[in-house]
Amino acid sequence: MSLTPEEWQALATSLAVAGRALLFALPLAVLTAWLLARPRLPGRFALNALAHVPLVLPPVVVGYALLLLFGIKGPIGHWLFQTLHIRLAFTGAGAALAAGVMAFPLMVRALRLAFEAIDPGLDVAARSLGAGPLDRFLHVSLPLAAPGVAAAAIVGFAACLGEFGAVITFAANVPGETQTLPLAIYAALQTPGGDAAALKLSLLSFAIALVALALSEVLARRAQTLAGR
Amino acid sequence: MLKVEVKKRLGAFTLDAAFEGAEQGITVLFGPSGAGKSSVLAAVAGALKPDAGRIALNGDPLFDSQARIDIPMERRRIGWVFQDARLFPHLSVEGNLRFGLKRAPAGERPIGFDEVIAVLGIGRLLERRPRDLSGGERQRVGLGRALLSQPRLLLMDEPLAALDAPRRHEILPFFEALKTRFGVPVLYVTHSLAEAVRLGDRMVVMRDGKVAAEGPVSEIVLRPDLMPAGAGGQIGAALDGEVAGHEGLLSTIRVGGWDFRVPRLDRRPGAAVRLYVLARDVMLALEPPRRISARNVLEGEITGIESEDRRVLVRVAHAGRELIATLTPDAVEDLGLRSGLKVWAVVKSVAIDGLNGGLLKALED
Repeated sequence: MSLTPEEWQALATSLAVAGRALLFALPLAVLTAWLLARPRLPGRFALNALAHVPLVLPPVVVGYALLLLFGIKGPIGHWLFQTLHIRLAFTGAGAALAAGVMAFPLMVRALRLAFEAIDPGLDVAARSLGAGPLDRFLHVSLPLAAPGVAAAAIVGFAACLGEFGAVITFAANVPGETQTLPLAIYAALQTPGGDAAALKLSLLSFAIALVALALSEVLARRAQTLAGR
Repeated sequence: MLKVEVKKRLGAFTLDAAFEGAEQGITVLFGPSGAGKSSVLAAVAGALKPDAGRIALNGDPLFDSQARIDIPMERRRIGWVFQDARLFPHLSVEGNLRFGLKRAPAGERPIGFDEVIAVLGIGRLLERRPRDLSGGERQRVGLGRALLSQPRLLLMDEPLAALDAPRRHEILPFFEALKTRFGVPVLYVTHSLAEAVRLGDRMVVMRDGKVAAEGPVSEIVLRPDLMPAGAGGQIGAALDGEVAGHEGLLSTIRVGGWDFRVPRLDRRPGAAVRLYVLARDVMLALEPPRRISARNVLEGEITGIESEDRRVLVRVAHAGRELIATLTPDAVEDLGLRSGLKVWAVVKSVAIDGLNGGLLKALED
């Protein structure tokens, strides 16, 4: 099975979009999950609801909401363009933003479970040994949640690779820029005689999924050792 | 010195406790479960905020509801040894030990790493992970970790409760080494009279959220009203003495003006030892008994007689040291015992540290 340059491009775009999406969404998801795991956090309910919005809305609606906010005329998009000359709508960075937003709730759920599984007594022990809040987060909570971080990264990466609705709405279907594998499959199916290409790309997606699963097993084991379990 | 005065409502339970800790050595917070001991400990550590009160250590306020002072736990510099050790599972034993050490102020680290691992005997465990340690080893590492954080006070919350009897005997000598080697005052929570007697210098008895009594251990254990229900047979005298010498199979322990002869003890002359003499093991005679098998016959004067329902507690003192004997009411009547009378106390057996399981064993039986 050989791939055409266009198909290679779709693969490369997918990996780039998913990678950039994780880069911003994973740290935010870690912070959110850590906050949500604290039972006495004020505004916890609101934060939880906000974090889960992309999960309950149709992806097209999320994409449209991103257009309204980050479009060139949207409040955030306008500001970004004026001050930093950054344009997100219909760009690769925009595709990463859309994919990251969609994957965000999935990552938060995996991470929150990991943070909640940590014995709160260890936090008390760390405090009694003189560790402040940031110190405890970096040196106790985060390493102990390492298996959860690994799991969240894999789930998030897979979700980003597969995201369709939000990406095509916010970033369109530009080959070489925002055309990820699912978008390329969609485009192939729209083309007369594109069935063979669609099948090939689908098999490619399947192969990536298998690699990701295998990788997640290895990562999870490493992380378990790191967390001392 | 630790000064505590805290009030806190916790549901239907009210904590209202005030006491002082010993400047040096171990202060035992003693009482049944639910008496509020652990809540007091948590308040001192900074994990529980009292509704009102004051907590001060060596004159520095840690908490003061009126002055609105509440130093965060991480800046109190109070070490905490937990019942469940709470070692960090992602760090090696050495990583655990150094966790607090790294965070202690650089200029104030009198307690050295090498000394701690030597005293606690944990040198060969340094590379291991906590999950690979036995319960007793975990407790020793937890103690080492707390010590190395260079605390001004060490809190110990039932540190032996999760261990079986052999492990407890294994750990106790390390706790005793705390007093002599590191000089960090300790607040020790327990519901075990045996631990209190063996380790304590000062004792604070808690009941229903209040302090029922406080004072030197040797005084508190003489008071039957303070002892837990069912521990009636364990009332006795805790006597601090020193090894005076060895003679054949016997050692002599000098306690004030009394010399106790006990089976040979493997300690140097001059070493401090604590004896515990159960009240039920003491008989009284009006004349020096002769041709008797008991090795310890001690002269003294009756200083007090108290009647309980079916027994009488008689205190016998000499040179500031006091023994206590339980007798039947008719024995007291027959002998005509009264305060000020000179008597000879016949001691059938003496429980002592470092001998056949020692104090703990005697008190647990």
